[in-house]
Amino acid sequence: MSSSPAELSGPRCFCRDCLVDLDARVKRCTSCGSPRLVRHHALPSLTLAHIDCDAFYATVEKRDNPDIVDRPVIIGGGKRGVVSAACYIARTYGVRSAMPMFKALDLCPDAVVVRPDMAKYVRVGREVRHAMQALTPLVEPLSIDEAFLDLSGTQRVHGMIPAKVLAKFAADIERTVGITVSVGLSVNKFLAKIASDLDKPRGFATLDQEDAVAMLADRPVSFIYGVGPATAEKLSQRGFRKISDLQRADETDLMKQFGGEGRRLWRLARGIDDRLVVADRGAKTISNETTFNEDIRDYATLEKILWRLSEKVSSRLKSSELSGTTVTLKLKTADFRQRTRSQSIQSPTQMAARIFDISREMLAKEIDGTAFRLIGTGVSALKPGNEAGDDNMLDRRSSHAERAMDDLRKKFGSAAVIRGIAYDGPEKPRT
Amino acid sequence: MKVTVERAQLLKSLSHVHRVVERRNTIPILGNVLIRAENARLSLKATDLDLEVTETLAAEVGTAGSTTVPAHMFYDIVRKLPDGSQIVLEADGDRSVMAIRAGRSRFTLQTLPENDFPDLAAGEMTHSFALPASDVKRLIDRTQFAISTEETRYYLNGIYLHAAGTATAATLRAVATDGHRLAQIDLKLPKGADGMPGVIVPRKTVGEVQRLIEDLEAEITIELSQGKIRFTLGNVVLTSKLIDGTFPDYGRVIPQNNDKELVIDKKDFENAVDRVSTISSERGRAVKLALSAGKLVLSVTNPDSGSATEELEVEYASDALDIGFNSRYLLDIAAQIEGEVAVLRLADPGSPTLVQDKDAKGALYVLMPMRV
Repeated sequence: MSSSPAELSGPRCFCRDCLVDLDARVKRCTSCGSPRLVRHHALPSLTLAHIDCDAFYATVEKRDNPDIVDRPVIIGGGKRGVVSAACYIARTYGVRSAMPMFKALDLCPDAVVVRPDMAKYVRVGREVRHAMQALTPLVEPLSIDEAFLDLSGTQRVHGMIPAKVLAKFAADIERTVGITVSVGLSVNKFLAKIASDLDKPRGFATLDQEDAVAMLADRPVSFIYGVGPATAEKLSQRGFRKISDLQRADETDLMKQFGGEGRRLWRLARGIDDRLVVADRGAKTISNETTFNEDIRDYATLEKILWRLSEKVSSRLKSSELSGTTVTLKLKTADFRQRTRSQSIQSPTQMAARIFDISREMLAKEIDGTAFRLIGTGVSALKPGNEAGDDNMLDRRSSHAERAMDDLRKKFGSAAVIRGIAYDGPEKPRT
Repeated sequence: MKVTVERAQLLKSLSHVHRVVERRNTIPILGNVLIRAENARLSLKATDLDLEVTETLAAEVGTAGSTTVPAHMFYDIVRKLPDGSQIVLEADGDRSVMAIRAGRSRFTLQTLPENDFPDLAAGEMTHSFALPASDVKRLIDRTQFAISTEETRYYLNGIYLHAAGTATAATLRAVATDGHRLAQIDLKLPKGADGMPGVIVPRKTVGEVQRLIEDLEAEITIELSQGKIRFTLGNVVLTSKLIDGTFPDYGRVIPQNNDKELVIDKKDFENAVDRVSTISSERGRAVKLALSAGKLVLSVTNPDSGSATEELEVEYASDALDIGFNSRYLLDIAAQIEGEVAVLRLADPGSPTLVQDKDAKGALYVLMPMRV
C-alpha cells in the first residue's frame, strides 16, 4: 500500500490503555502508568492489520463460565474427536489444536473439556466482524476468528492513525464482547499475519519491512506460508534452509530453479507481498462433517448419518440463499486416510434430497469393508440461491415436500417433521 | 496379412471408426482398431465395450489375415500420408508388428493379438426397420440437447426410442429429458417397428450416429433387441448397448391444459433472449418474461453487472403473467423450432410450459420455469 504524506504525520508512540501520545523514549505511560505502549519509528505508515482472537472458542467459554477461568480448558468433542481449541493455560501443558483428544488428555488430565458450541462461536465471531467492518470496508475474514483489515486512507475519518484505531478496537472488544484479540500491524498481509503472532495473547505488534528482513533471517524456510514439508525438503536440497538463504539468493536464479514459486519466496523472504485485502470473498464451499465414536463400515449406518449432514448443508445453503453445482463427499478411514469424491451437477442445488442422492451414490462406491472414522458432505461452486434448478418436472413432489418440511420446521422447530431415513422408530418397551 | 488400399478410403473409414476409441484407456486392447482383410475387403472395427463401429471397404487383398493396432496413431499416420497414395498394410503372424507403407514412407506399429479384441456379442435382434437418414438425423438433432448429463439419473442419459401414438396413427417416438426440459419428436411408425420394446439409446451412441450421417438421402437400417441396438449406414455398422433402466413416465409432465397461449416470431424471440441474457455473467441465469395483452417484456437482472430489458409485440390475449426461465434452456429450445412461428402454452409461474412449432410438425418441447 502506498502511503500518502498525510498518513505519515502522527505519533510514533502511544499508550494502548489510555491512547495518549507519548514520547518514544518513555518506558511507561506518563499519563496512566501502563506499560502497554505501541512504539514504532514509522508508526503512521503501518496500515495493514491482521486481527486474531486469542484461543477463540476457549476464551468464549471462559467468558460464559467464570468457574473455569483459571483452569485449563480444551474445546473438543468426545473421546474420538480432536482438539478444536485450547486455552493458554492448557497450552502450557503442550496441548495444541488439531491434536487427538486422548493425547491432549494424556498431557493435561485436569483439563476441563467443553463440547464446541459452534452456533455460539459464529455469533460471537460475527459480532467481532461487525465491529471490524465499522473501522474499514476492507475486511477480509480468514476464518471465524481472524481477518485482515486494510486501514490505509482512514486516518482522516477516524481522526487518528490506524495503530490507535486498532488499539481502541482491541480495548472495545474486550469491554463489549468480553474476549481478547491480538493485533499485528504492518505494511502487507504476510507481515501483518506474522506480527499478530509475535505478542499473543492480548498483543499488539508492529513490523515494517526493514524489521521483517532482520526478523525473518534466522527462521527456517518453512516459516513462510505455503512452504510445507515437501517444499522445505526441495529447498533444503538446493541449500535453502533459512530465510536468510533466500534473502541472499538472486531473484532470477530462484525463478529459474523454482518457477513462479521461486519469485514468491524471494519476495516474501524480503517481506514483500502485494496481495490486496479483498472484502467479502464469501464462502466458497458449505460443508458439514462428523467424526464417529466408533468406526463404521456399514452402508446403512453411514447413509443415515449422511442424510443428517445433507440436511444441515442444505439448511445452511437455504438460509444464506445459496446453491451450488459441485457436491463433495469426504471420508476418513480408520487409519486416517482421507478420501474425497466430487461430482458436478447440471443445475445448481440447495435441496437436501439432491445433495444426499449425489453424495450417497459416491458413498456406495466407497463401501468395501473399510472402516471409516469420519464422513462429511459439502456443496461448492456456489451461486445465488435463486439460480437453483431444483424444480424437476419428473419429480416435482420432492422439492415441494422439502419446501413444505422447511416451512413446518420454521414454525414448529426442527423436530416437527423428519424424513423416514432419519427416523429411529418409536421408543420400544424393553423386554 | 497383406492388403493394399487407397489412402482416401482408408482415411474416411478410420475417421469414422477411431472416434469410438477412448483417448485414455486402462485396457490396452481397447485403444486398438481391429483390421481384418479377406475376400477383397478390408474391415475396421473399434469398440469401447458399450459401442462398436465396423466399417468395410474395398481393398486388394494379397494375403488374408487380421491384427489390431493403436487406433489413434494409425489414424494420424494415414492422415499425414500424401493424398492419392496407395497404402500397403502388412503383418506377419510371427512378429507382433504391422508395417504401413506408402510411397517412400514406412511405419511399423506394434500389434496386439486379434483374439483379445472384445466382441459386443449382439445376439439376436428382435426388430428391424428402415428410416430415411434425414428422419434419423432430425430425431437426434431435435432431442439431443435435452439429454441429461447427471449420472445419478443414468436412465436419462440417452434418448428414449419407442412406439407410441394410437392404433390408427402409430408413431416412432424419441424423447429426451433432464428434468428441466423435455423434447419429443414423432415420426410415422416404420414397418417392422410394431411392438418394439422401448429402448434408451446412450448419449455417446446418439452422437456417433449423428456424425456418421453424411448422405441425407440414404436409408438407415435399425435393428434392436432388449439390450442392444444396431444402426447400418451403408458399409458402416454401429452396434451399441442400451441403457438398462426404466425411462420415467414422461407423459405426465407434458402439460395438457395450459390455457395461456403466446404466439411469437421465432427469430425475434431467439434474438431477444440472446440479447438480454448478455447481461448475465454466466449462462443459466433466469430471464423474466412479463406477459400482458399483445406484449412481452423480457428482462434479466444481474446484481453484479446491471440489467437488460426488451419489449416484443406478440400475440397474447390471456391474463398478465410473469414467469422466469433459464436463459440457456430457453435458447436451446428456441433453436429447435423449425418454422418461423413458435407457440408457447403457459399455465402459471411454477408449472411446465409447452413449446411447439405453429404447425406442430410432430415435435413438442417442455420447459420447467425457474423461480424469479
